[in-house]
Amino acid sequence: MEQTIHTLTLLAVLAPLVGSIIVGLLCMRIPKIIAHSITISGVAISFLCSCYIFDMIVLQGYPAVNFIAYDWVTSGSFNLDMGFLVDQLTSVMFLVVTFVSLLVHIYSVGYMAEDSGYARFFSYMSLFTFSMLLLVGANNLIQLFFGWEGVGLVSYLLIGFWYQKDSAANGSFKAFLVNRVGDFAFLLGMAAILDYFGTINYAQIFAQAPTMAATTINIFPHSPWLVVTVICILLFIGAMGKSAQIPLHVWLPESMEGPTPISALIHAATMVTAGVFMIARMSPLFELSDVALSLVLVIGATTALFTGLIAIVQTDIKRIIAYSTMSQLGYMVAANGASAFSAGIFHLLTHACFKALLFLAAGSVIIAMHHEQDIFKMGNLKKYIPTTYVTFLIGALALTAIPPFAGFYSKDAIIEAVSLSTIPGATYSYFCLLLGAFVTGVYTFRLIFVVFHGEEKMSNSLRQVLHESPKTVRFPLIILAIPSVIIGAVLAKPMVYTMMGLLGNSVYVASSHDVAAELAADFPGTFAIIFSGFLHAPFWFAAAGIFVSWYCYVKHPSLPVQVVEKASWAYKACVNKLGFDAFNNIIFVHGLKKFSDFLYYVTDVKWIDGWVVAGSGNGIVRISNLAKKLQSGYLYHYAFAMILGLFGLLIWLLVF
Amino acid sequence: MLFTGGESRVTYSRCIALGVSLLCIFWCMLLYMNFDNSTSAMQFQENLTWIPLYGINYHLGIDGISLPLIILTCYVTLLVVLAAWRAVQYKVSQYLAMFLLMQGTVIGVFVSLDAILFYVFWEAMLIPMYLSIGIWGAEKRSYASIKFFIFTFFGSALMLVAFLYMGIQTKSFSILEFYNYSFNETEQIFIFLAFLLAFAVKVPMWPVHTWLPDAHTEAPAGGSVVLAALMLKLGAYGFLRFNLPITPLASYKLDEVLIILSLIAIVYIGLIAIAQRDMKRLIAYSSVAHMGFVTLGIFMLYIIVQNTGDYREAYMSLEGGMVQMVSHAFGAGAMFLGFGVLYNQYKTRLISNFGGVAKTMPVFAAFFMLFSMSNVGLPGTSGFVGEVMILLASFKANFWITALAATTLILSAAYTLWMFRQVFYGNIDNAQVSELVDVHGTDICVFILLAAGILFIGLYPEALLNMYHASVGHLLDLSLRGVPVASNL
Repeated sequence: MEQTIHTLTLLAVLAPLVGSIIVGLLCMRIPKIIAHSITISGVAISFLCSCYIFDMIVLQGYPAVNFIAYDWVTSGSFNLDMGFLVDQLTSVMFLVVTFVSLLVHIYSVGYMAEDSGYARFFSYMSLFTFSMLLLVGANNLIQLFFGWEGVGLVSYLLIGFWYQKDSAANGSFKAFLVNRVGDFAFLLGMAAILDYFGTINYAQIFAQAPTMAATTINIFPHSPWLVVTVICILLFIGAMGKSAQIPLHVWLPESMEGPTPISALIHAATMVTAGVFMIARMSPLFELSDVALSLVLVIGATTALFTGLIAIVQTDIKRIIAYSTMSQLGYMVAANGASAFSAGIFHLLTHACFKALLFLAAGSVIIAMHHEQDIFKMGNLKKYIPTTYVTFLIGALALTAIPPFAGFYSKDAIIEAVSLSTIPGATYSYFCLLLGAFVTGVYTFRLIFVVFHGEEKMSNSLRQVLHESPKTVRFPLIILAIPSVIIGAVLAKPMVYTMMGLLGNSVYVASSHDVAAELAADFPGTFAIIFSGFLHAPFWFAAAGIFVSWYCYVKHPSLPVQVVEKASWAYKACVNKLGFDAFNNIIFVHGLKKFSDFLYYVTDVKWIDGWVVAGSGNGIVRISNLAKKLQSGYLYHYAFAMILGLFGLLIWLLVF
Repeated sequence: MLFTGGESRVTYSRCIALGVSLLCIFWCMLLYMNFDNSTSAMQFQENLTWIPLYGINYHLGIDGISLPLIILTCYVTLLVVLAAWRAVQYKVSQYLAMFLLMQGTVIGVFVSLDAILFYVFWEAMLIPMYLSIGIWGAEKRSYASIKFFIFTFFGSALMLVAFLYMGIQTKSFSILEFYNYSFNETEQIFIFLAFLLAFAVKVPMWPVHTWLPDAHTEAPAGGSVVLAALMLKLGAYGFLRFNLPITPLASYKLDEVLIILSLIAIVYIGLIAIAQRDMKRLIAYSSVAHMGFVTLGIFMLYIIVQNTGDYREAYMSLEGGMVQMVSHAFGAGAMFLGFGVLYNQYKTRLISNFGGVAKTMPVFAAFFMLFSMSNVGLPGTSGFVGEVMILLASFKANFWITALAATTLILSAAYTLWMFRQVFYGNIDNAQVSELVDVHGTDICVFILLAAGILFIGLYPEALLNMYHASVGHLLDLSLRGVPVASNL
């Protein structure tokens, strides 16, 4: 059995890579149908393998498989390998990644049909799937980092897919750079682990973790820090970059310059959840440090609320969903901070379905609107694209966490867990998350009401040609709508509300913060929770949010304008994205540029080259000019010098 | 080598050059296959008497430190010959002869086991490089070539003095004899400083780096490649061959200075690269910044051994430095060759003159993306391996070394991808860009060879590391001789 899983894992990981390489190398020469057939079959193979692995490891409970593929670097006492650890967590992630990836591949057949870079697009997407599987399947940090940077690369390439557009070129650059800031910290964390644990293999790290709990490190003189705290904070900064948490979230809105299927696959369902996954994966370390957990919780909750606020004032359909993604990622991160890793991963799973659905449906709207993305130029679209409308609505209800949709189970579990948590910052975080539920209701239904209801604001010529999207686009919408409704009810009990649920021992929770156990103890049952859900605060907050947006955008459409006038400072703050971009621009972009210019033009060119190098050159010329005068070539000059010398010698002899 | 003469028979000279470089590759394969990984002793030795009066011999030999560099030299020369196939149309046979001569002298440096012979090759190498910049260079070529010559010559003069002193003390010029002789501390410090000047100019380390951007900017594409891929390695090779094993005590005393200089190279030069508006100058500065890792990896060994008390911990830092030498050759070499293709068609170096090149040269853009990613240090490319080994090892020395050195992750992404964005992305606003022709023929061969090298080292660095282990072990033994940290091992 172990051998089978071993083989299937490698097959699942490599199949998309092979597809990607074939299509990538031949992208100029092959017709579209071959390009998408090859890559889709690669991902389909991968999906089938993942299903089998999921069945074996998670459902039937076979023990985790841990194996080494090959030695990457051996040097002295270090050993860095490529290897896979297939446990419950990995199997769940495999399934999510390949499932969404397969659907997005199919969707793209319709969405990208007219694009000249068709084969290139599919090649990138398969490459992404490969990198992501490498990331979630790794049994050590270096391979995780391979996947981590690999998905970053593909994300960079895909955001810049339409590279002629300046906004796309800039967005891709920004995304890579901001992610690199996170990777910088991540690499430091990895170096710290290698130094203190002597290995970067998960199993070996976790085995030693308890003995490391009290070790300290002096980063600044005379202020000892717990090693695990330092490591976890560094790793978490890496996660902030990848999972777009404040303050490293600034790249995600710009990433919307990429094609919409990519936004669904990379910037909603899979890549951005890598940080959440990594924290859950490293849970045995995080659990040792209350400081790090507290930071994770507070940052996650803050992101959940404040990016949601920004979403309320956005006008671009994709950017609204992008901000909503950040907000939901904040929920997942906060769940991890509260040690409810299973709830975090559960939300990751449900979110992957309904957010991919929302993005793909938004893509369908965008095709129908001929690439118009401003929601205030749409309106009453439910009449023209009913399938899209219904699926979008399902996604929206799941996002707003209305029972019994998928998002309800996962989000409710997170808010509940945070309310039970006792680590510092839990109360603040609880209120942030509750308000976040309200804000989610507002921006989601604002989007629905403005786009699908109300008066038609598009031009007449466009209205004539409005029609539903092709089959390959609608099919994934319908497929994704199903889990967005039911997956919560199906998985809530086994995954979250059971002691040692589906994730089993692949995540670790210290007994002192085991909120998941308390959740499990209070669980009333899958259906009973639907009714009790109506009594919980989160539901009322979400419902209030929906009501507010109905009141503002359907009942009294003039109200938002008045609000903007009355509270213009708040509106401006949100429109300016709370000032993060401006701050970065002033300090990092312009400041750094000025500083580099200074270093180059002043230190390098003027001081080193001008004064020292050219200076010493000129000095030598001056000395040689002086010396040249001594060698005049005239005999009497030399004779004179000789006489002077003789006199000097005489005097010296006489005196001494 | 190439007496086909005038301009009329250039095809002959091209074929001969190609034949010779292929022969060298074949010869390297033989070497590689017969090389014994398990020993640190010098292999394939050749020892002939040259000037018996002074005990100077024609003594050659190869160990695990020099073998990869020799293979690299042959590989790079092959690339340069292929890249010149269409790019060079002026004095072709002389151009090719220069580069074959350079290959010969560079290999000579790597295999010499006699100090005087080493010095002869070391200086001989300057001549073809000086000429190649002076004859095939760009507008300011004479300034650059003189600057290059004076800087490097200035450094090596002191090295000769050190050699003579050591030769007189040990009554032999054999490098292996130098290893057996222990100099006292004062002698070591002076010898170390003399070497330092010679090698630091070559690497180049801050603040003696200013000749490099000029030389690179003005040199022809082949010249830049050889400069970046091979000549800079000679400095680092010198540190490994002379400073560490001959003057271990001085290396131990002065290692902090070297580490600080390396960190300055990484951070300061990285920042300067951001300020560049000239594409070739940007690549040149980035090349200096990456070389900072080599010296950092080499000189961290004492601190690591001191902190951990285990000499095996120092392997990764040292081997990381050596991998970085090879990977830098591919990374920087690829960038320069790539730029050469652009420059050939569109005689400008200013980044702002480009824009939208990906539209007209899609295949080229794809290759250049891979090269850029190697420069950025993306896992899976050669640029990542050396850097990550050094970064991971450096944590054992000091947290702040790692933190400062790791800024390269951000800085290299900033300047490389900014350049990529300006040159390849965006709209075409310049008529000349729309007339560019995509790469084809021999250029594609060159790029495929480069890409293969970058990916191979990135995905399977073990092949390279296996050659190192035994020799690095021996080198560590020599470098820890008489050093206080070693006594309590």
